[in-house]
Amino acid sequence: MKSDNPKIITIKDSNRSEGSGRTNKEIALTGVFIALAMILSYLESLVPIGFAVPGIKLGLANLVTIVALYKLGLKDTIIISLGRILLSGILFGNMMVIIYSLAGAFLSILVMVLVKKTKVFSSTGVSICGAIFHNLGQIIVAVITLENGNIMYYMLVLAIAGAVAGTVIGILSGIIIRNIRI
Amino acid sequence: MKKEEKVVEKPDNVAKASVPGKRAIDSSDANHKLIKKSDIILLVVILLVAVIGVSYIMSTKEPGGKVVISIDGEVIEEFQLSDDHEYQMVTDNGNNLIVIKAGVVDITEADCPDKVCVNHVPIENVGETIICLPHKLVVEIVE
Repeated sequence: MKSDNPKIITIKDSNRSEGSGRTNKEIALTGVFIALAMILSYLESLVPIGFAVPGIKLGLANLVTIVALYKLGLKDTIIISLGRILLSGILFGNMMVIIYSLAGAFLSILVMVLVKKTKVFSSTGVSICGAIFHNLGQIIVAVITLENGNIMYYMLVLAIAGAVAGTVIGILSGIIIRNIRI
Repeated sequence: MKKEEKVVEKPDNVAKASVPGKRAIDSSDANHKLIKKSDIILLVVILLVAVIGVSYIMSTKEPGGKVVISIDGEVIEEFQLSDDHEYQMVTDNGNNLIVIKAGVVDITEADCPDKVCVNHVPIENVGETIICLPHKLVVEIVE
């Protein structure tokens, strides 16, 4: 009975352990992912869809975050998100933009990792949770800086938008995860 | 005893899936599911809760009596909605032109970078707000 299980594990292990010089590859990949995320968020800023309701966006940069989470792991995902936020914050934004983005990204990655670990949802469910908690993180910062609790209601509208955008991004990242070779 | 037989079959299947020639492709990723039943349930539940919440708030809407303008959580000015008025908000962070007309409040001009407050729809009911994050400005309707 017991001797069967270790066999499965050894087969899988031998299949994966072939990356020599893995750190170099990881560093290069991290750079490429940061660049991709920056380009995607720039592209998105060219198409304003949240004209009447601020804060609504597709979240194209989250595509990179999710693919990184599945393909590179948590540590690299955090580095990629931090890199994107700091670089585009310094280049195109200001301190407030960086604080809002960090709050959203931190909460979003935390929740996505936890949801991913439960294995109840596919990347789509992970993406939906990430999108909603990204909004929640930013709303919390807004509530703190504006000292106005009433805007919490606004979260409901953002939750609808986040669920829809999260589904689209989730399916797209699922396609990428399925086909990309890293 | 039957269970034991099933377990024996497994290693054979795994060996087939991981052919040595097809390196780099992780068999678990090639079968990565795009959407599961649980994802759809999650989506529907979130949408239902949010739509019910929004429609509840919409149904309890009542026209406001006053508009409160605050910066950084500090109330700067209050105006009656019944009086038409234009108010030029001048702060250290920048300027916003707040227009009150026929019980409706709108920000028509601002020198903030994102123009979110200018693009925001006009507000008239209790609890509705227009927020200019760069200027830390909150325009809120109260009773």
